[in-house]
Amino acid sequence: MLAALTLLLACQLAGEIIVRALGLPLPGPVMGLLLLSAGLLLARRRFPDLTGTGLERLASMILGSLGLLFIPAGVGVVGQLDLLASHWPAIAATLLLSTVLTLLATVGTFLLVKRIVP
Amino acid sequence: MTGPLWVYLSSQPLLWLTVTLAAWLGADALAQKAERNPWVNPVLVAVVAVGVVLALTGTPYQTYFAGAQFVHFLLGPAIVAIAVPLVRNRAIVRQNLLPLLAALLVGCLVAVVSVIGLGRLFGLPDQILLSLAPKSVTAPVAMGITEQLGGQPSLTAVLVILTGVLGAVIVTPLMNALRITDYAARGFSAGLAAHGIGTARAFAVDPLAGTFAGIAMGLNAVLTSILVPMLVGWLL
Repeated sequence: MLAALTLLLACQLAGEIIVRALGLPLPGPVMGLLLLSAGLLLARRRFPDLTGTGLERLASMILGSLGLLFIPAGVGVVGQLDLLASHWPAIAATLLLSTVLTLLATVGTFLLVKRIVP
Repeated sequence: MTGPLWVYLSSQPLLWLTVTLAAWLGADALAQKAERNPWVNPVLVAVVAVGVVLALTGTPYQTYFAGAQFVHFLLGPAIVAIAVPLVRNRAIVRQNLLPLLAALLVGCLVAVVSVIGLGRLFGLPDQILLSLAPKSVTAPVAMGITEQLGGQPSLTAVLVILTGVLGAVIVTPLMNALRITDYAARGFSAGLAAHGIGTARAFAVDPLAGTFAGIAMGLNAVLTSILVPMLVGWLL
């Protein structure tokens, strides 16, 4: 597990370095995701399934409690409610409608293209 | 609250880390007891619980965050960790590659254009519209985009979290009402519209949905970083 955590951190670090050095409009962790995916694909002969590896266990542990990681930032909302107070109804309506539209457009496109392209 | 023990504890990471983890465990147990009912969103429940503790003890957010930042920091490694389900599910990802890319492009455009259009329709000032534009992207990336545009990153953080909770609450009833049973498509839309909080919801519903949500979150972060500056120049 410790080796797996080090691997995740190293990929994120390499991602940050690459993104900043090349001035890419890309978040460092996303580049780290791409690097780790490429690495795992290259190593797929040696680790065909990843099942039972420390990396697989660590990834399911972190992703299984992903919600936890949003609590510190989320608590910031409670402290800034007065900032939103003056525009509250307009912001609530905008976010609600836009989120519903985005969900519908995304799922609709996904299913439509899946039906057209065999 | 006063007294030397409180003064010591409230200034150390230990107390606020423990409060954060305990709030999450309690909220997650509650969500499980509610049979993962979407209205009992564990992120929302835990945030309110911690908010109440801070209000009752008169603790400033900065003091809390100084301790809880260790949890916040793990968001980066968590995004990297999505590589694992992504690679394990590569066969089904490859099978759905075209629908996935088309949905990414359309979803990203609709997210940005609709939030600016609706915000303007409801009379929001340009300063708030700028901070709203990247609302469907995971918080650290969205804050970077807003900063680049000259909006308020702290306002963006708030709007991103609100969008995530809204999306996570809406997605299951909405998809069930439309009788959509393709969990790849459902998860992808949750991750695209509601980033990590939608992804957390998707992983709680179905592992395949979670994987597609994670892919959507990652790809949408990339595409939105590229598209928002262009779209904002055109729309505002």
